[in-house]
Amino acid sequence: MNPNPRHLLEINDLGIQFGGLTALEHVTFSMDPGEIVGLIGPNGAGKTTVFNLITGIYQPTLGSINLGGQTLNGRKTHKIFQSGVARTFQNIRLFKKLTVLDNVRVAAHNQMDYNPLIGALRLPGYWRDEAYATDHAMRMLDIFNLTEHADEMASSLPYGQQRRLEIARALISNPKLLLLDEPAAGMNPTETQALMATIREVRDRFGVAILLIEHDMRLVMGICERLVVLDYGQVIAKGTPAEIRQNERVVKAYLGGSAV
Amino acid sequence: MNAATRKSWILNAIALAALSAAFLLPIQSGAVNAYIVGLLITALINIIMATSLNLVCGLLGYLALGHAAFMGVGAYAAALVSIHWNVPLSFPLALLVGGIAAAITGVVIGVPALRLRGDYLAIITLGFGEIVRIIMNNMPILGGARSLRGIPRITTVPVAYVAVIICVTLMFTLGRSRHGRAILSIREDEVAATSSGVPVTYYKILAFTLAAFFAGIAGGLYAHYMGVLNPNRFNFDRSIEYLVMVVLGGMGSITGAIIAAIVLTLLPELLRGLSNYRMLIYSLALILMMLFRPDGLLGTAEFSLVSIGRSFKRTRRSAQNEGRDHSES
Repeated sequence: MNPNPRHLLEINDLGIQFGGLTALEHVTFSMDPGEIVGLIGPNGAGKTTVFNLITGIYQPTLGSINLGGQTLNGRKTHKIFQSGVARTFQNIRLFKKLTVLDNVRVAAHNQMDYNPLIGALRLPGYWRDEAYATDHAMRMLDIFNLTEHADEMASSLPYGQQRRLEIARALISNPKLLLLDEPAAGMNPTETQALMATIREVRDRFGVAILLIEHDMRLVMGICERLVVLDYGQVIAKGTPAEIRQNERVVKAYLGGSAV
Repeated sequence: MNAATRKSWILNAIALAALSAAFLLPIQSGAVNAYIVGLLITALINIIMATSLNLVCGLLGYLALGHAAFMGVGAYAAALVSIHWNVPLSFPLALLVGGIAAAITGVVIGVPALRLRGDYLAIITLGFGEIVRIIMNNMPILGGARSLRGIPRITTVPVAYVAVIICVTLMFTLGRSRHGRAILSIREDEVAATSSGVPVTYYKILAFTLAAFFAGIAGGLYAHYMGVLNPNRFNFDRSIEYLVMVVLGGMGSITGAIIAAIVLTLLPELLRGLSNYRMLIYSLALILMMLFRPDGLLGTAEFSLVSIGRSFKRTRRSAQNEGRDHSES
């Protein structure tokens, strides 16, 4: 099947097995540029596995992943990042003993191209590239209200700001697709409200498509334009939030077999 | 380069010039005896060894136990250049060849070894280190166990000192470039690093190779200081010695590694008067150090004139504020 050029992301019949265990099977869905899609499902349904497959941490045993018509299968994780897929993690993964600014600048690595010798000798290429990257990173920190913490260790930030820093780090590369893994985990309702506004703003400002895993249904129903529901490694439903709410199989998966 | 950076560079250049004068003038005037000179050269060479190992252990966060082998490769390569190839400027050339030979060995060992981590990497680097030593022991051109002789003894304190300044400066600037940040990010979280576009395999090998390169230069200095080389000088014990310096100084701190290298070179000599109890006290010092400062002397921090200036200003300001509070009350 030829990839449809209109779609940004196309996942086709994706599957992965760990040893004899089938973690994902026949997962097929697509995303358009600038769309916010929610990936939901009970614990252990395989949501994070989908993220790990898209970003190349795992290699699929079956199926294909296409981004803008190019296959991501077999590509290394850092190459996939360079071709426009950035992510955050369920349990925040920052570079704890680096400063907030350096956390973002690490991800700006590929926007600089001086070699180690030029860097070590502090030749003009170093100053030019670093000035550009630092400027870019500071602007990103500004968007996420982290400017005043730029020189602090990432580990010293409170939880909510660590989440924001992770998103800032992901966005520095101007990705086409942003994967958010439970961005609202551990947040109170007020923080979740603020996060929803941030996610919408990120989409509008950067024109990035966002695929998010989330258990907070208010957030999911509030900002996702479409939902993909996973259960036991398979897609059991796709559609708008309104359609999903009415879907019997989804309600069954969440509430148990006898509920309907 | 902004104003603050320029200010700190100028400040450091002045401090370095002052330090160099204070350090080199007494030696040039001949006021110090040969024993002290030998000790100083050893300390300077150890500084390069400790700071270069710090690239792998401190910045990359991988435990490597074969660092002395790279020193050995560099020492022999540099010595051969000096012995067989008498051209002007052959000494800097010999050091460079030593560094490059060690770096090549670093790539050869690093590519397979860096697939592993933690204990496994420690063991495999230990094994590779011994293999390199045994190969050197059995190569006729290197003199084998009968030692390689006739190396010109060119390494003096000023020569070693200049080499240390150049090497340490390069390691410092490398650590604070996009490459240094990438290496640090691998230490912090490899999955997050690769997901942020850092080609982790490349940077692991780069860190390992650069560490080997600088160890090779230290080896070249050593060869031209001793005049005689024996492969058994570069055994496992030596690798451990350098590792102790890095751990003691604080993994990831260049200045910490420098201080630890100096202290651990001088300490056994200073304790010489205690004869038999010497190594006992040395070991005890290490144990106490690890008990009371498990992060090493400086942790990951660097000793910096600018930050000292800053904290001095802060203390003065708070002292002034206190004074004002008192006058108000």
